[in-house]
Amino acid sequence: MSEQLKVKTMEAFLAEGKQPEILFWVGSAGSYDDRAKKISRAFVRLLNKAEVDFAVLGPEESSTGDVAKRAGNEFLFQMQAMMNIELLNGYEIKRIVTCDPHSFNTIKNEYPSLGGTYEVLHHTQYLKELIDAGRLSLTGNEYKGKRVTFHDPCYLGRANNVYEAPRNVLAKTNANLVEMKRNKQTALCCGAGGAQMFKEPEKGDMDINVLRTKDALETNPDIIATGCPYCNTMMTDGIKAHEKEDSVTVLDVAELLANSL
Amino acid sequence: MQYIPNFLFALALGFGVWFFYNNVRKLIRNIKLGKEADVSGDRSERWSNMARIALGQSKMVVRPIAGFLHIIVYVGFIIINIEVLEIILDGLLGTHRLFAFLGGTYDFLIASFEILAFLVIVSVVIFWLRRNVIRLQRFLKPEMKGWPKQDGNLILYIELVLMFLFLTMNGADYQLQQMGAEHYAQAGSFPISQFLAPVFQGLSESTLIIIERGAWWLHILGILFFLNYLYYSKHLHILLAFPNTFYGRVKPQGQFNNLASVTNEVKLMMDPNADPFAADAGTEDAGEPEKFGASDVTDLNWVQLMNAYTCTECGRCTSECPANQTGKKLSPRKIMMDTRDRLEEVGKNMDANKGTFVPDGKQLLDDYITREELWACTTCNACVQACPVSIDPLSIIVEMRRYLVMEQSAAPTELNNMMSNIENNGAPWPYNQMDRLNWVNE
Ligand code: SF4
Ligand code: SF4
Repeated sequence: MSEQLKVKTMEAFLAEGKQPEILFWVGSAGSYDDRAKKISRAFVRLLNKAEVDFAVLGPEESSTGDVAKRAGNEFLFQMQAMMNIELLNGYEIKRIVTCDPHSFNTIKNEYPSLGGTYEVLHHTQYLKELIDAGRLSLTGNEYKGKRVTFHDPCYLGRANNVYEAPRNVLAKTNANLVEMKRNKQTALCCGAGGAQMFKEPEKGDMDINVLRTKDALETNPDIIATGCPYCNTMMTDGIKAHEKEDSVTVLDVAELLANSL
Repeated sequence: MQYIPNFLFALALGFGVWFFYNNVRKLIRNIKLGKEADVSGDRSERWSNMARIALGQSKMVVRPIAGFLHIIVYVGFIIINIEVLEIILDGLLGTHRLFAFLGGTYDFLIASFEILAFLVIVSVVIFWLRRNVIRLQRFLKPEMKGWPKQDGNLILYIELVLMFLFLTMNGADYQLQQMGAEHYAQAGSFPISQFLAPVFQGLSESTLIIIERGAWWLHILGILFFLNYLYYSKHLHILLAFPNTFYGRVKPQGQFNNLASVTNEVKLMMDPNADPFAADAGTEDAGEPEKFGASDVTDLNWVQLMNAYTCTECGRCTSECPANQTGKKLSPRKIMMDTRDRLEEVGKNMDANKGTFVPDGKQLLDDYITREELWACTTCNACVQACPVSIDPLSIIVEMRRYLVMEQSAAPTELNNMMSNIENNGAPWPYNQMDRLNWVNE
């Protein structure tokens, strides 16, 4: 897996006096979480393959503040947001792509009124754009005929009405896409949102991720595809709770695509 | 003497309308206890939302059976109201079937009212069975105990009785028309109530007149009663669904508002040139520092309060809620019902104290909505998506979390850790910000 990735920081672009096509917003999970880092790497492999001139902020990037906002800490959110906006505006960033629907949502919808207006895309939307433009083509048949079910992340789906892009690019892997009974608008949350990722759930009779994984397992899948690092963790834990980790894997859309190059 | 019925009718009508007018005034006063709301955005989009969601019932049909039955009752309700117009005019003018001059059109109208009335009866019976015999899950949650359950059934009984009175009145009228009774000219067509003929068999003309008049009076008095029942009931949605869908969310569901009061303070903190003393003086001038978030209904905005009065207690939100489905205490419907109950309590307090609220040592937080409920929310928007009348329970949950975190520093410990990590190193975990790019070479 340690194929050399080409990743340039915004600082380096600036030093060369150049502007990248897009800024890849890696997000905290994508930077630090062991599982999510693999998603960042898969996405970069795709970007490298398509020869996209992209930048990252690297050590200059900081939490979007999204999770603080959902937890109710508007102060911390706005502090983070304004710091990030100052940085992004300083670099004159126009287009941002991220693998994290939470960053996607907050930068796209909540940054503008604080002074940060950008075109923000979820990585599945950008990958679709690359494929449609003929810059990226998938030739591998790794997933041909495999049963793949896509779990809609709340902050991509209901929150922003993006349902088609992930399905569209998944179809390019020649996988056999199967839908869960509750999908798109009616998809059940994985249980991570609203800062739940960082705390124990309240008392109940089941964990939400176990319930959602049950939905997924009912489709008899080989792979559960996600488009969010937090959903990924939740579904992976859910698979373990159902003792299905030997037969079912949880992969991000970017990973499925990167393995189909 | 002959004008006594007209007089009594005008009195009943006047009393009913006056009472209703007072309820509406109270309703508006209570809703206005809320703070200003951001209702900017494209007005044409708002009109179209109202047309689609309230008038067109577009979200009801997501659940086809309930949606279909609801449309029957709804259409029935609206159309039969044309008949109520005639009844009111008849009552005031002392006429009988004033619109009969419309001839064939009148026959058609009466016939369609009758068919609708019949369909309404069928639907209402099915609704009752769903609540009481089939016992659908979502009607049995803890927040539905007591009055809410009674209210749900009472509405069905009232509708049933009104429809039966309407048909009885027509049935008796039809018999009288056949007999050639005075004042009962041939008018209308009675596809349903004609089948009541056997019931009226052998009754004298005067008995039939008593039945017809009795049903007529009870029907209109029942309607006036129902009109005034609305304010105390979830049935208020038949009026408020319209403004509520108009003022409902037009922004993406994932977009939470940015508190302007926070923005000002953060800007001051981040601007190295800002004179902190000048700022201090500024805020002192502005009086009390603004309270962040909501601990009581008066901290919510008026749209959120209107949401609470609009809630039909249908439980679609709760049945889609991931927290509720996994046995947590949180129920978005309960959030709305609690908000309304507390608002009513505040309103009654004001009524009892000459229009000013006298602190009662209670608030929405803890006395109605517990912290456990608030912290169980995943902010997934399933409740918002599911609501057939554009209610946003999530916005109230978030506003109350804001109070807990920013005014009380009362977040769960794990969340406090997460937040201090963000403060210290720009990520929810305790990692060094300088290591943000390490993933590239791992
Ligand atoms: S947003 Fe919160 S209250 Fe609404 S459905 Fe999701 S978890 Fe339940
Ligand atoms: S908030 Fe909406 S979905 Fe929930 S009970 Fe009230 S009307 Fe029904």
